[in-house]
Amino acid sequence: MSHNEQAVESHGHVHRDDVGAKMGMWLFLFTELLLFGGMFLIYAVYRFQYPEQFHFAGMELNTTIGTINTIILLTSSLTVALSITALQKGNKFLSIIMLTITIGFALFFMVNKYFEWSAKVSHGIYPGSEEMLNKQNGEILFFGLYYVMTGLHGLHVLIGIVLLTFILVMIIKDKIISTDLVKLENSGLYWHLVDLIWIFLFPLFYLIQ
Amino acid sequence: MANGTIAANLKTFYEEGTTKSNKGIWSWLLSTDHKRIGLMYLGAIAIFFSVAAILGVLMRLELIAPGETIMEAQTYNSIFTLHGVIMIFLFIIPGLPAVFGNFFLPLQIGAMDVAFPRLNLLSFWIYIVGAILVLVSLILPGGPIDTGWTFYIPYSVRSGTNISLAIFAAFVLGFSSILTGLNFVTTIHRMRAPGMGWFKMPLFVWATYATAWIQIIATPVIGITILLVILERMFGVGIFDPALGGDPILFQHLFWIYSHPAVYIMILPAMGVVSEIIPTFARRTIFGYRAIAMSSLAIAFVGYLVWAHHMFTSGMSDTARIIFSLLTFIVALPSGVKVFNWVATMYKGSIDPKPPFLWVMSFIVLFSIGGLTGLVLGALATDIHLHDTYFVVAHFHYVMFGGTGTIFFAALYYWFPKMFGRMYNIKVANWGVGLFFVAFNLLYFPKFIMGYLGMPRRYYDYLQEFSSWHLISTVGSWVMLIALILVIGNIVYSIFKGEKCSSNPWGGVTLEWHTQSPPPLLNFQEIPTVKHEPYDFSQLEEMKNES
Repeated sequence: MSHNEQAVESHGHVHRDDVGAKMGMWLFLFTELLLFGGMFLIYAVYRFQYPEQFHFAGMELNTTIGTINTIILLTSSLTVALSITALQKGNKFLSIIMLTITIGFALFFMVNKYFEWSAKVSHGIYPGSEEMLNKQNGEILFFGLYYVMTGLHGLHVLIGIVLLTFILVMIIKDKIISTDLVKLENSGLYWHLVDLIWIFLFPLFYLIQ
Repeated sequence: MANGTIAANLKTFYEEGTTKSNKGIWSWLLSTDHKRIGLMYLGAIAIFFSVAAILGVLMRLELIAPGETIMEAQTYNSIFTLHGVIMIFLFIIPGLPAVFGNFFLPLQIGAMDVAFPRLNLLSFWIYIVGAILVLVSLILPGGPIDTGWTFYIPYSVRSGTNISLAIFAAFVLGFSSILTGLNFVTTIHRMRAPGMGWFKMPLFVWATYATAWIQIIATPVIGITILLVILERMFGVGIFDPALGGDPILFQHLFWIYSHPAVYIMILPAMGVVSEIIPTFARRTIFGYRAIAMSSLAIAFVGYLVWAHHMFTSGMSDTARIIFSLLTFIVALPSGVKVFNWVATMYKGSIDPKPPFLWVMSFIVLFSIGGLTGLVLGALATDIHLHDTYFVVAHFHYVMFGGTGTIFFAALYYWFPKMFGRMYNIKVANWGVGLFFVAFNLLYFPKFIMGYLGMPRRYYDYLQEFSSWHLISTVGSWVMLIALILVIGNIVYSIFKGEKCSSNPWGGVTLEWHTQSPPPLLNFQEIPTVKHEPYDFSQLEEMKNES
């Protein structure tokens, strides 16, 4: 019986399998890719159908803000990776700093996104507006997709901010330590995915003209 | 200890939980024990199945004669939609994986629990939230949805009923399904008992593995599609609206990219259960173990590439139609491989026709009819004639209800003694299967004939010439109701009043039969080491000596 009692204590919560945890995370990221995959598929179909109108609509987006946001996200991917490495090497302080910078970048990204979207809206470019309905079909779809895809991506950035903040608190409270940091690593993986999706969104909307 | 010992002195998982208090409702609702979660799913699913079955009986009653019988056309539209939505999203997709996958997957691979027990509990709660959203969408002003379970554009954007909420519920349920899927894949990769190589896994585990992959791969696509429909309703983005340049057919493609693989989410675990039951009651190792295991993966893979056979009349190029038709025929091959291997397993076996085995026999007949009529629909020329008729309804019910539904009962009757440590009334159970089989054919076979004669599906009213077939079908629905009451009542009664039974009443040899009934919290007294092939009945003697 004593064996059984011990095992009960180790049931569920203490049971630890870092490889398993990462595998679960990769599978989850895979589903995220497929979620966005549906959108990329739709984008491909309509780009093929209305190549010229997509071309003209794309010229109306602000490449400068897009580029700044790309740099921000890429750098934040670096800082989250640095945060993991720092904690692995036992440097809790540096890890906290790097994670805080990552969250700061994420917020910065969302602020930029806010200004970008509100500029578009103030020009009357949003789904259902009169300005939009006067445009050609391809342009309507381009902007529709622009809002849906960058919006869905923005939602993931917001979720990332919340997630990384939780992780930050856990590191500060020593719930995540150098020998047990799979939660931090998995959150880092999620953040890289958010970055990766942006890497595809950026050229598709801002650059291919 | 090589095969796990049957020790009667351990507390069962009913007596000992993962929460601080072992009693009361919270020790269930907050339990991370896969067995309790499986039983909670069973309870929820049983309720939803009963509700949807009653809706089905009401539909049949309306159709007993032409014209209005008991309800108005709008009510009828809502009822057939709800019947479909509840049966598909709340019963048949989660049914086998969530109930029996949860309960028996860890037992069959000799693990203490799934890889992520807390995530497992979260999946259950997300499922309940989704179910509540469905129910809320019924009572809010606007009224219950009336689009059919397929939510086709443009009607799902134009209809004034509570579409957004109801399909958001489907999104939430999909999320639950994804989490269960990734939990199972990780569990199978990481938690197998020592000695259990990939080709020593029971076939139910293989089937669950293939299913879990489909859940992971296909479900996100319906997620994004549903979000787009909601956005379309809220903002009029135009992605599916031809007036703004969008394409409604694109919705159909995206919908079926999920929903066709989803039918394999429904049927694959059922095929896994069949591969468990037949060897146990034929006392013979499974014929073609590897072929059956691999055909599960083949179905999962090819099943992903056949979605457009739902759209032969929607407008596609001939090349696309021919390719999708061909692929549809190909997916029938691995299904055929399974059926032939099951039949070959029984050949020269020492067959013991207990209720679970009878359910499986009824499955093989019903599923074969369903599968072969699927080929009729998969062929281009015949599909043009039969598309959107009762033939499709009949085919679908033969594969889903006759296939997965029947096996849901088979699994329940097979594993009942393990889950509850009691036995049901065998005689009543035999009558239940028999009556179910008769009722099923009475209820659904006339639909093949009506469909062939041109009766369109989902219609509220019909021509006089179809009325006798509709009458037979409606009478069948009453017999079916009696059969279901018999089948489910026997189980419910036996949970409380059934006779206590031994830990291995059928003489099964997979790992779940090596532990006591009901199993202890951690499933085994000691994690077993696997030395035998999964269906090697020579170990039965050893197992007897152990107890």
